Amino acid sequence: MKNALVRLGRLTESFFAEAGGIFILLGQILRFSTRLYKDRSLFIEQCVSVGLNSVPIVLLVGVFTGAVSAWQTNYQIEGYIPIRYLGLGTFKAVIIELGPVLSALIIAGRVGASIAAELGSMKVTEQIDALESLAINSVRYLAAPRFYASVFMMPILVIFADFIAIIGALMTATLLLGIPSATFFSEIPKFFWIWDIFAGEIKALIFGGTTALIGCYIGFKTEGGAEGVGRSTIRSFVLSSILILVFDYILATIFF
Amino acid sequence: MIEISDLTKSFNDKPVLRGVNLSIKSGESVVIIGRSGCGKSVLLKMMTMLLPPDSGRILIDGEDITLMDDQNLYRVRRKIGVLFQGAALFDSMTVQENITLGLREHTDLSETELRRIAEERLELVSLPGILDLKPAELSGGMKKRVGLARAIAMDPKYVLYDEPTTGLDPISADAINNLIISLNEKLKVTTIVVTHDMVSANKIADRIIMLHRGVNFFEGTPEQVKNAEDEVVRQFIEGKADGPIKQVIVKEQPREWWRGKRF
Repeated sequence: MKNALVRLGRLTESFFAEAGGIFILLGQILRFSTRLYKDRSLFIEQCVSVGLNSVPIVLLVGVFTGAVSAWQTNYQIEGYIPIRYLGLGTFKAVIIELGPVLSALIIAGRVGASIAAELGSMKVTEQIDALESLAINSVRYLAAPRFYASVFMMPILVIFADFIAIIGALMTATLLLGIPSATFFSEIPKFFWIWDIFAGEIKALIFGGTTALIGCYIGFKTEGGAEGVGRSTIRSFVLSSILILVFDYILATIFF
Repeated sequence: MIEISDLTKSFNDKPVLRGVNLSIKSGESVVIIGRSGCGKSVLLKMMTMLLPPDSGRILIDGEDITLMDDQNLYRVRRKIGVLFQGAALFDSMTVQENITLGLREHTDLSETELRRIAEERLELVSLPGILDLKPAELSGGMKKRVGLARAIAMDPKYVLYDEPTTGLDPISADAINNLIISLNEKLKVTTIVVTHDMVSANKIADRIIMLHRGVNFFEGTPEQVKNAEDEVVRQFIEGKADGPIKQVIVKEQPREWWRGKRF
């Protein structure tokens, strides 16, 4: 019993230490927001790495997300709800939920893990110490551009994902389910609320920031050579994914 | 001038440094020796506050860097060049970008000017014509030289070397030793070298300081160290496994990087 309590105490202490570390890093990154214009070359470089290079995978995920949504919606509503609502159902599911969450999970794997691996490898080879010894703040130089690039690029990627997902859904509906495109789009204007897109974009922004923040935090804390870098990569992906799902729930209860 | 007083550092409640006191004069060439895990590299990192001490004072030109805010600390760091054990070159950058990164961040020099300075520094370390190579294309010895060129790029007053000859063949190691001596003379810098390579220590040092049991155990010229009668010093310089030095090695633990940071 005593051992269990001691272990629980240690776990609690470690949880608050980690959470505190993440918030301190976030605070430092926010402090460097004023330097963003001066550091624009680093920011643009990261926008290319986070955003542009992720477009193909996000589009691929988007098209299949839309296609499977249309197919599953058809399966669930067939016989109960008029088929003209299929387009609306798919559209709402993609814009509000599937687009932001699936894109964020893919980015957590592609970008978050790569940030953790890159910074982790720099940490274990003393490159971060070298940066600091050159009087360059490592949070400003490494973490801030990655964080702001993720926050900026994630909503743009989600717009791409949403668009291509709806095309995927439309293709499935027209080519495989035999639903005319006019029927597919017929109910969308009646129930289209701009807030849905806005909420999806806010989610994307928060998911992007979370992924980069966790990647940077875990990268900076890496220890133990190549094995440590590998561990950090996995931890970053797992923690980002969990936080994305938790924040998704919290934001859903706030927004809708 | 660097003055260190009563410096202590523990990792996981295991003391590594128990009260180090040092005074290093400008222009001096000091070599810190001691067996692996005795806290030499920890001490070197503390001289630039890459690792904060538990207690004690570190005065660089009369300013206590342990009490400084980030802005002042970065100002002092610009006076110090560091050559890391594995050179710690930035993988994603070319040799030129590595050497000029500090200047690019802290000055408004043009690209032509930066290239000229990088070429000059490379010539000083006897490695001209490799500006556009990436670190992956360099040998171990070349990496150390480029690391050194980067360390001296901002005309530092102090140059710190962490195990500069470790991992090099004897000829390359001797070339690095000669380079350290020649830079010390040409640039009039204060040189602080951490090593357990006695050949290197004897060649470079004006003064050798031996760390043992967390304190500066012995100090003297290379000649005085060679003739020391103390058993601990003799065991170390003669490289004998049997003798009074038998303590457990305490490895440096990673610091919690957020400690001491402000936002």
